[in-house]
Amino acid sequence: MKSNKQVYIKFITVTLLSALLTYAVGIYGKLPWWSFVPANFLLSIAIVQKPWRAFLSGAMGVGLLWLALTLMIDQQNNHILSTKVASIFKLKGAYNILITVTFIIGFLLGGLSSLTGSFIRKEK
Amino acid sequence: MRILPFISSTLATVGLVVLLNIQLPIGAIKSPRLGYFLSPQHGFWKNAEKVNANFDASIVAGELKGNVDVYMDERLVPHIYADNDQDAYFVQGFLHAKFRFWQMDFQTRAASGRLSEVLGSKTLVSDRKFRRLGMVYGAEETEKYINEHNPEMKATVDAYTAGVNAYLKQLSPADLPFEYKLLNYEPEQWTPKKTYLFLMLMSYDLTGRASVADLQLTNTRDYLGYDLFEKMYTNQQDSLDPIIPKGTAFASPSIKPFTPISADSAYLKKNNSNAATLVDGATPEAPDKNNGSNNWAVSGSKTKSGRPILCSDPHLGLNLPSLWYEMQITTPTHSTYGASFPGSPAVIIGFNDNIAWGVTNAGRDVLDFYELKFKDNTQKEYLLNGTWTPTTNRQELIKVKDSADVVENIAMTYWGPTMYDSHFKDEQSKGRNLAVRWTGHNASTGVETFYKLNRAKNFDDYLAAISLWKCPGQNFVFASKTGDIAIKQQGSFVARWNRQGDFIMPGIDKSYDWQGFIPNEENPFMMNPARGFVSSANQKAVDSTYPYYLGTAASFPLYRGISVNKRLDTMTNITVANMQALQTSNYNVFAEVARPALNKFIDPNILSTNAKRMVREMNNWDFNNNGNSKGTTAFKIIWDSVEQAVWGDELAGSSIPLTKPEAYVLVDQMNKDSNFSVADDIRTKGKVETLKEQVNLGVEKATKKLMELEKENKLEWSKYKATRVLHLTKTPELSRMDLPIGGGVNIVNATTENHGPSWRMVVHLTDEIEAYGLYPGGQSGNPGSPYYDSFIDKWAAGEYYRLLFLPKAKLLENKFAKWHIQFKKA
Repeated sequence: MKSNKQVYIKFITVTLLSALLTYAVGIYGKLPWWSFVPANFLLSIAIVQKPWRAFLSGAMGVGLLWLALTLMIDQQNNHILSTKVASIFKLKGAYNILITVTFIIGFLLGGLSSLTGSFIRKEK
Repeated sequence: MRILPFISSTLATVGLVVLLNIQLPIGAIKSPRLGYFLSPQHGFWKNAEKVNANFDASIVAGELKGNVDVYMDERLVPHIYADNDQDAYFVQGFLHAKFRFWQMDFQTRAASGRLSEVLGSKTLVSDRKFRRLGMVYGAEETEKYINEHNPEMKATVDAYTAGVNAYLKQLSPADLPFEYKLLNYEPEQWTPKKTYLFLMLMSYDLTGRASVADLQLTNTRDYLGYDLFEKMYTNQQDSLDPIIPKGTAFASPSIKPFTPISADSAYLKKNNSNAATLVDGATPEAPDKNNGSNNWAVSGSKTKSGRPILCSDPHLGLNLPSLWYEMQITTPTHSTYGASFPGSPAVIIGFNDNIAWGVTNAGRDVLDFYELKFKDNTQKEYLLNGTWTPTTNRQELIKVKDSADVVENIAMTYWGPTMYDSHFKDEQSKGRNLAVRWTGHNASTGVETFYKLNRAKNFDDYLAAISLWKCPGQNFVFASKTGDIAIKQQGSFVARWNRQGDFIMPGIDKSYDWQGFIPNEENPFMMNPARGFVSSANQKAVDSTYPYYLGTAASFPLYRGISVNKRLDTMTNITVANMQALQTSNYNVFAEVARPALNKFIDPNILSTNAKRMVREMNNWDFNNNGNSKGTTAFKIIWDSVEQAVWGDELAGSSIPLTKPEAYVLVDQMNKDSNFSVADDIRTKGKVETLKEQVNLGVEKATKKLMELEKENKLEWSKYKATRVLHLTKTPELSRMDLPIGGGVNIVNATTENHGPSWRMVVHLTDEIEAYGLYPGGQSGNPGSPYYDSFIDKWAAGEYYRLLFLPKAKLLENKFAKWHIQFKKA
């Protein structure tokens, strides 16, 4: 049995690695946008956690990365483009909803890909 | 391994990725691929430009011969300083692509009938139309000609193309322009042919109306019969103030076009009064009727400084990204500033160290239809002067997204491509076999005209540059620092007999052929006139003593020219501010004539209380189409309603839209106070309506509409008119809607709903040129940039920017250079 602290550190590490890996495969947009999905899948095979923890690491890793990037971009853009896109999507210019949707997509895909990987091997 | 959870989790993950990776249907349109579009490292977020972005950059390119410095001023206008001309055009191509590539790609796709390839079958009709009109054919003719005969232009266009492609080469997929991500397709390499296709699009925009108007006019004449048609669509414009003043003597013509013997019966159909058989079909699209412009130059004798001032404001569709991109190009051979076309090298409307120039549309008819008689459905032979003559087949392949390819088989004839036939028909063509002949099909070195104008040092250079110009015919205005002013209508103009080509012509008889092009020397021209100014506003260039027929009067708006000339005539000690005021003037010279004409017939005794109130609103108005004026709206709606009351019945029986007569026809009739038979409503048997009855009826109908507007708080002119600058995809969220601006049809400030002054320029030809200008858009084509629409508010307010036209040292000295893009040879 591992101590709670070890589990906690592992969780944080995987979450950070997930974010880092996601950022790395997304750089310049050269690889397909979903490249972080197999990346997180592999990460979760390499560093095994309990399924629900694996889900949460991937979800938080990708979700929070996407949220941080989006918030930063949107702030520096004075919401010019997010407002237009939110209007195109019939959201009456509510860019916050757009940011939330972006976060949810990252959260779900990051979580699911890590969850899938976690079923391959059992945590020792 | 836990098989079952693994499988279900895999399915969920892959399923979600797939769902987010396809375009989902939302009604008639398709969503972007949502996962891609919303990904902060791939999607639209990457196009959300920092509001304080730094545009400094250093670019290394193997194609360059030397180094080029580009300084961007605070409005993001680039000032290019290059060691040689070709490098300058390379950099121009690079910058056009950097700031406007999607637009360049999209517009040339439209021009070449290739939109369906990326947008699907909804654009198929317009793609087929452009293919059959010969847009690609014309671009190919030009490309072939320039490659074989004009190495200087070939080198210029090649350098420009290389610049565009150099930009694409270093573009990272994450930075693809926003619209590619929204519509989900990929950019394509630029080619010289695309530059020629873009110029074809301008030819179409400025002369292509005839591709629909000729058919409509033919149908209108067939419907009404020749006599009534002549009354309602007369070419007589009593109040015309032509570009070349009335009474100017013209040299005797070198071509004397003769009218074919059979014209009265086989062409004009003077005896016919039967309505034609009508078939259903889609309403055809055509270039805006209001495509036009103002330009003028005043000589030093009329200005305060003693130096000429030149003004130019082309009226075109108001779009985002704008058709125009502002820039300065400085090389050892020349230094030029002005508005350029993303898609083409050189500056199109602008000025240099010595001269300034501007253009307006000539409006001359250079596109005709000939009705063919094919031997059979194979279209392999057609009758020409009694002989079955073989056609050649031109195939055009249209790829359609999510659908099968479409092949257009176009029978090429003596006249030109068969545009309409039983395979391609609409309600106006009615399945007739119609070949189109258009000067746009002919090889043209239009680029060279601008190339040479950019370098022109004096009047002779200007004349030599524009003498090369063929299509679309333009009025080129000119002014030089040395004090010359001039205007010339230039293009490849057909030497026409009266009414030749207004209607569909018989294609079996060569006597209806074009009998030649008018020699350049006989084109309307004026230099340094005693009155001290030259001007044009799309009116007829000449009075009826000119030996050639120009085209139907409907192609020549009458009132803007009167407005401009009236003002210029009386002005003295003119300053730049005076010229700006004229360019943005909202005075309605048409209303000045039409309102008294209406009042002659309006009878308050028979009008309702509300109608009387609305008439008062109109009569208290000061004739200025200002944005906040209610009188403008009252006048406009009353006038339209009266026109409808008078003409409506004549045109109402037709199941296809017919052409509405021009406003001046009714005004002239009302002022003459003649017994105007057309006023009678032919639908009421046994009762003869007078003009007075129809006018008052029209006023009552207008009142209903005006009351509704009043309720919606839309009686103010700008609210009613709701001017908008539309994104090229017509997406309102990417557009600027409901702008607070006045103006309108017949107004010098010709701003209508989605159309108007697309670039306003005033150039004072002092020793150091003093120029002002702006266009309704912004230098960046990216909807995520603060520079996307940064000029629009100032444009709507009728204000101007001082244009920074400076040598490199002065630009830097004055700290106008905000950013520096360095281009280095590899």
